[in-house]
Order: sequence, then C-alpha cells, then structure tokens
Amino acid sequence: MAPPHLYKTEAIVLRQRRLGEADRILTLYTTAYGKLEAKAKGVRKTTSRMAGHLQPLTRCMVQLAQGRVNEVVAGCQTIESFQALREDLHRLSRALYAAELVDRLTPERVPGFATYRLLLETLRHLERTEDFGPSGGSGLDPSGGSGLDLALRYFEMRLLEDSGFRPELGRCVTCGSTLQPQQNFFSPQSGGVVCPSCAPGTAGPRMLSLNGLKVLRLLQRGSYNEVARLKVPPPLAQEVERHLRSYIAYILERDVNAAAFIERLRRQEPAWLVEV
Amino acid sequence: MNEPIHSLAAPVARLIEEFYKLPGIGPKSAQRLAYYLLRMPAAEAQALAAAILDVKEKVGFCSICQNVTDVDPCRICASEQRERSVICVVEEPLDILAIERTRAYRGLYHVLHGAISPMDGIGPEELKIKELLGRLRSEEVREVILATNPNLEGEATAMYLARLLRPLSLKVTRLARGLPAGGDLEYADDVTLTRALEGRHEMRD
Repeated sequence: MAPPHLYKTEAIVLRQRRLGEADRILTLYTTAYGKLEAKAKGVRKTTSRMAGHLQPLTRCMVQLAQGRVNEVVAGCQTIESFQALREDLHRLSRALYAAELVDRLTPERVPGFATYRLLLETLRHLERTEDFGPSGGSGLDPSGGSGLDLALRYFEMRLLEDSGFRPELGRCVTCGSTLQPQQNFFSPQSGGVVCPSCAPGTAGPRMLSLNGLKVLRLLQRGSYNEVARLKVPPPLAQEVERHLRSYIAYILERDVNAAAFIERLRRQEPAWLVEV
Repeated sequence: MNEPIHSLAAPVARLIEEFYKLPGIGPKSAQRLAYYLLRMPAAEAQALAAAILDVKEKVGFCSICQNVTDVDPCRICASEQRERSVICVVEEPLDILAIERTRAYRGLYHVLHGAISPMDGIGPEELKIKELLGRLRSEEVREVILATNPNLEGEATAMYLARLLRPLSLKVTRLARGLPAGGDLEYADDVTLTRALEGRHEMRD
C-alpha cells in the first residue's frame, strides 16, 4: 500500500547520518510501513524543536511528508525515550547492536509489526534488566552485562525467525534424523545443527555442546520470561553467542559493527591504556 | 561523471570535475563555478590556487591538542595567557571556534576528531583518546571538561571517557544540558526538560 502524501506513524529511530549543513537522514522502523528513510531538516541546530525527539533508539510518533526522494519529517513527539538505556554504556551498546541488526536484516518498506514489537520489547528489557553478572555492579563494571546478553540472544533468535532465517535445531539439517543428546555441530552455512556423522561432509561445522543446544532451543521456543530466569555460566553464554553471531555474519556476509564496541567494553582494560 | 563532453575545452572539463567532488556541489554548480573562475582576473585566480595549496602544505594538526594549526604547538597550546590546568575535550576543530566565540573559557582544548559511533564501526581506537591520556599523564591537569555533542554519539563518548578517566584523580565535568536560547518550552523533549530541571539555579536580583 502506497502511503498518502502526509501521514502519521509510530516509529523507532534506528540510526542517523549527517546530510549537508544541518540535516540528517534517519532510518526509521515504523509500525505501518516497516523500515524507511526520512530526512529531518535542521536537526543539528541547537534550536531545532525536533532534534531531541529524533535521537536513535527513541520511540516516537512521526508525521512524514512524501518528498521527491525520501520522506521528510514534518513533526514528531517522543513516546518513550529509554533514558536509562542511554546512561549506561553496557545497555546502550547492546541496544545499538539490536537497532543495527534490525536495519541490516529487514528490507525497506515491508511492514513487519512483529519486528517492531520485538525491537520495542528488547529495548525495554535492555533498559530494565537488573542482572549484571557476578559483581552485580553499577553497570560500568567491565565484566557486567550477562543478563543483558541473554536478552540480546533472545532478540537475535526471534529476529532471525521473523526475517525467515530460523535456524533448524530439532533435527540434523543434512540427514534429517532427530538430534541425539550429545555433542553436535552447528553449521552457519547449512542453517542449523548437524549430527556428528554428517559433520565431516558439511561446510564449516562448529562444535555445539549439549547445553549449548538446549539454550539455543529455549531461545527459539521459550518466552522471554523463561529465558530471563535462566542462569547461564559465562563459557556457555559465550558459546551460544559465538554460534548466533557466526550465523548472523554468514547471512549478512559481514559482521555487525556494534558488536566490536560490546567486545571492547567487556575487556577489562583497554589495551592501549596499558601501552601508553 | 562519465565521458567529457567534446565541445568543452579539456582544462575546463577538468576544473568542473574537480569542483564536482566538493560537498554540496552538484553538476550545475560545478559548471557555474568553473565559468566564474574563467572570467575572474588572473591575480584572483592565483590567490585562490595559492590559498588552497597553502592550506594543504602548511596546515596540520597540533601535536598536543590535535587542533588544526599552521604552527606546532598551536597558538592556544603555546599561549601563556591560557589556564593550563583545564582541558576541554571536543569532537571537532569547529567546536573550538564555537567555544572561543563565547570568550567564557580560558583553558586548553583537546580535539578527538569524531565521536564513538558503534553502528558505524567508529570505536574509541579511531579517536584521539590515547593522545588525551598521554597529556593527562605529563601535564598538570586539574579538570577535564567533556564537551562532546549532546546527542547519542557524543553522550556515549562522554560516558566512555568518564569511565576511562575515573582512576585518575581529577575532576571530570560534562557541559550542562538544558533549554536553548530562543527556544520554546512546549517543544522541548523530555530528556532536555528533565536535565534543565535538574540543573535549575536560584535567581538572584
């Protein structure tokens, strides 16, 4: 359905880039029309009435006018600003990762209300999750973020499913036999789990522990509340993250930029601090 | 641009092509500028060419604050009138100009040349943070003012720096956020309004 000349829709701002002197091009995920780009004029001036409402990761009601190339933002009003998310680097970096993943995985102008809901709920989870791992710290402690990571894994799994890339976790993708409770293999290229007897003939198999498979399955089939109750020891969490990340990298044919920053925050001491 | 148009003299076509590379210049503007230069007195054209070459040859970055400068260290870093115990950290050289215009700041600067933008793959390593840490070690600095932009990237950068500087015993401050002069309260977003309320101060007459 072609949008009318001037229309209103709810949206989450995924990202922005500078344009010309004071404008920005925003990537919005809208409830009605899916992902689209819109030009926001003059939002880099301090007197802009819209700038504060159009920061990335803001949920807002936008009024869009159809322009020649892009839509132009005619007006906007914040619905949810996720302030607590912005004041904590661990939360923020993961929220940006989620937004970037939505941007990279979804096509333009294809309505996807499920994806919108998923992103919105994920931002809320990332804003409110209190579990900060062993030290239960202030949110600034470098080892923190295990509860946040689980929320992000849940998001990844759901987004993959919404975008048509649901990984097969029930049976071997090569021979179709039901997976046995043992160590199996995960193959990003084949889109799921491969049993040990098929693994040698499969492209890029990676070892998948039984617990790893169980966590992946729960992420795929469980509700967020079930996932949030899970206590995942760090090595297992890393394994699950590696598998999902390699699968996503295979689909996108590239890494997600924001992942590097999450990694950087995790490292105890920035390397160059020691160097200097 | 594809093949040059044959009715155009080659040097003119080349000039048009060079102008076309500049930001905000489309094909028509490029032509207009080229033909304007063609009619310009030779001396003026030479002055323009010399200015362009000068900028490329003589201007570099200050080895201390990373600002754009033609002398090293730059005039601000070398000045004896500046307060040397305060460093104001900004994203871009143009931000220094904005702060200098106020005449309200007498300390030193440090230019990061960007802001952390995880989605665009710009991390702390891409910024001049290492240089800042080096300065904090060798210079007698009492306060660091984080004057990055009050947007998502700028805030992320400020948070990152605040965390990094925490172990060093110095005062780390952030520019206040509030209502812009000439703005309307009813259009303010809640984040700005909240900060403005938090940072309210007593009226004195």
